[in-house]
Amino acid sequence: MLLQDAKPFTAKAKQLLAPFRDSWLTGSVIIALLAAAPILAVAFLAMTSNGDFWGHMVQNVLPGYITTTLLLMAGVGLGTFVVGTGTAWLTATCEFPGRKFFGWALFLPMAVPAYIIAYLYTDLLEYAGPVQKSLRGLMGWQTPRDYWFPEIRSVGGATAMMTLVLYPYVYLLARSAFLEQSSAVLEAGRILGRGPWRNFFTIALPLARPALVVGISLVLMEVLNDFGTVDFFAVKTFTAGIYDVWLNMGNVGGAAQLALILLLFVSLLLFAERWARRRQRFDSQTQRAPANNTQKLEGLHSALAIIACSLPIILGFVIPAAMLVSYSIRFWGDEANEKIWQAAWNSLTLSGTAALVVTAIGLFLAFAVRENGGKTIKSVSRIASMGYAIPGAVLAVGVMIPLAGLDNRIDAFFRASFGHSTGLLFSGTIFAILCGYSARFIYLTFSTVEAGLSRITPNMEGAASTLGAGRWEILKTIHIPLLRGALATAVLLVLVDSMKELPMTMLLRPFNFETLATHVHQYASDELFEESALAALMIVIAGIIPVILLSLTISKSRGQ
Amino acid sequence: MNPALRRGIFSLLAYALLAPSAFAGESINLYSYRQPFLMKPLLDGFTKKTGIKVNMVYAKKGMLERIKAEGINTPADVVLASDIGRLNDMVLADVLAQTKSKELDSVIPANFRHPDGLWYALTSRARVIYASKKRTKKGEVLSYEDLTKLELKGRVCIRSGKNVYNISLLSSVIAHKGKEQAEKWLTGLKANLARKPQGNDRTQAKAIYEGVCDYGVVNTYYLGKMLTNDKKPEQKQWAASVRLIFPNQSGRGTHVNISGAGIIKHSKRKALAVKLIEYLTSDEAQKIYAEQNFEYPVKAGVALHPIVKAWGTFKADKISLSEVAKHRSEASKMMDRVHFDQ
Repeated sequence: MLLQDAKPFTAKAKQLLAPFRDSWLTGSVIIALLAAAPILAVAFLAMTSNGDFWGHMVQNVLPGYITTTLLLMAGVGLGTFVVGTGTAWLTATCEFPGRKFFGWALFLPMAVPAYIIAYLYTDLLEYAGPVQKSLRGLMGWQTPRDYWFPEIRSVGGATAMMTLVLYPYVYLLARSAFLEQSSAVLEAGRILGRGPWRNFFTIALPLARPALVVGISLVLMEVLNDFGTVDFFAVKTFTAGIYDVWLNMGNVGGAAQLALILLLFVSLLLFAERWARRRQRFDSQTQRAPANNTQKLEGLHSALAIIACSLPIILGFVIPAAMLVSYSIRFWGDEANEKIWQAAWNSLTLSGTAALVVTAIGLFLAFAVRENGGKTIKSVSRIASMGYAIPGAVLAVGVMIPLAGLDNRIDAFFRASFGHSTGLLFSGTIFAILCGYSARFIYLTFSTVEAGLSRITPNMEGAASTLGAGRWEILKTIHIPLLRGALATAVLLVLVDSMKELPMTMLLRPFNFETLATHVHQYASDELFEESALAALMIVIAGIIPVILLSLTISKSRGQ
Repeated sequence: MNPALRRGIFSLLAYALLAPSAFAGESINLYSYRQPFLMKPLLDGFTKKTGIKVNMVYAKKGMLERIKAEGINTPADVVLASDIGRLNDMVLADVLAQTKSKELDSVIPANFRHPDGLWYALTSRARVIYASKKRTKKGEVLSYEDLTKLELKGRVCIRSGKNVYNISLLSSVIAHKGKEQAEKWLTGLKANLARKPQGNDRTQAKAIYEGVCDYGVVNTYYLGKMLTNDKKPEQKQWAASVRLIFPNQSGRGTHVNISGAGIIKHSKRKALAVKLIEYLTSDEAQKIYAEQNFEYPVKAGVALHPIVKAWGTFKADKISLSEVAKHRSEASKMMDRVHFDQ
């Protein structure tokens, strides 16, 4: 009797608890919430705005900020799309001399931080720089009024600089998408009489859309959160406005409000894009492309391909790296270099750890979204990944608030219960920096893995699940092997981006802790950039090594 | 749990715990807006003299928010800033401690410290005008107001209006002459600019050397740094091409800004913190500031660097810096209204 009564009750409880028993869902919701905490903290901060700045902003500066930001986004978006997909298509599907070399060398500019390339090209191209000087010598011009030369410190200049170092994001994703595309589809196009151009525009490009969207959205978010470059060029973007309200008007709450608007704008863009392809699927049932599926370019075409692939490398990597080398030689043995090895070690270990941690989180979230498909996990994951669009220092404050809050709660508890103070456990530690990097870079890993997953047919999971495999097992035996390319991409992106990361590292770090990027900033901010050129060069070199290793992994994952 | 994940979590925890501890031995913790490499000779001197180790975090943005978030548990004892604006923000946020030190009060002039001892200036620097030796007549520009003269059209260079030094300069003009006059002045200055505000202070000297403009608004110490720059000798040429003008000598005086320090309210080592600030205003430290960074010591009687001495004495604007700092928000908005940076 008792037993009979109990049955419906336990059944009901089971039903109620079902979502929580599902360790995947619970785990992923918790992780997503933790990851979203800094953004929620920024939202909290936005409610503390003091003083009215909106009237002033709307009347005087906001229209200008918005126009400049949109111009910059459009310019860099278009520039990186053309350069990134163009070179990706050439190296992925065409045969010409040097193709293998270009395959990985086109990644190189990615290792150059945008603020550094901006410094270097300003030295080169401004009125007092060697280029204009020799032009004046050659043409006999005397003053700036005698001739016209494009102003490097302008929206155009910022667009060019950012395009040069950001196109590899698009290239990286486009290339792996093109490489993973089934040759059968393109062959079908060819058999139906389409030339390479039409094949590219009507088949390859639309099929690569999820990956391209990820690449371009990464670029646009980088454009939005950049402050170093636009500040140096005195280009007034929305982000410059955020810092202005914060630091000059002393209103951190107002700055947080502006940051949220930025976030909303990016979310809308991404949502619109998703909505536009809501009925499309991008997975493929066919086998991978055989490696010999390339189009041989001859004569003029091959020469043009070589030029198209070398230009971005020369402008985005060779010239800046050569300048850094020459400065490094000039200031070799300088006191600025004394602590550089410790800084390099810190940069490497920090970025390496961040790459693994953030990739793991991204994989976990993307997989949870795919498997559960529930609204909660979907929206929390999306919020969590939006940290990338927020200017670094603002997000750092968002990381600090919950972390220090937790520290102070633990401390209060220990004081009350044991009369002993624990002080700050997490704030101002390397753990805090890692939390910061996670908050900022989840988008990199979540979106690359998600794009990778979208190319895997759900039928595979279906089959595995029918055969009795659990979710961990499916992830381990099916997804991770198939996602090798995407995971390598994610690791690479976080690794290189963490090496370059500045504002969060500066604010969240422990005492006496320097990375290469903070080391460079110390000198650059006192107008002594050249003296830290060696550290800047090391950021670039440290970025090259994983670039080469991982591009090899990506090629290997294709069985080439 | 996946063993790899478990290992990862453990190594993370170990990482956090093994992070360099700021509490070993007798030491003091600095949150600094000034670069560590600039502070190093001074802090080394302090450690040598007292045996107290100095730990430091340097950041340009968000330090105040960090102090606020850390609350009563903040490890920071002293904050160093290179501009009155930052110190004033800290005063408003109530994160600084009232300090009493007879020594500091006797060494530092009253307009260079907060009345309740919330902050103390360590050095001062003047915001002056550089003029091309070749292309300008002596006496053409004698004040900030002269920079708006019609005949200077297209001949003036300056860095971004949103830079702290320019915000402070404009705030001082607002404090003296009121909003309306200040905006008129700023509009006039904007109309005379040779190019969009850009670069840093050294950039303006370079621009004068290259003939882009004839006048620049710049801090004093950069001239000293450029004149002695053996690593980039071309900067010596830029510096040699300009003459330094201390503006408004027959009026309110030249605008000066400070670098300064304050003790954090929740510091647990306030006695040590006072010791550090006292050291930084000692003859020894003030001399290092003067010689290394070409700044003006706040302590009377400390020898200037010969280069700085050669610029001559000048009348500094004696207005209270706290008063100037009050107008920063308005100054920033004014820069927007006249579209100074476009």
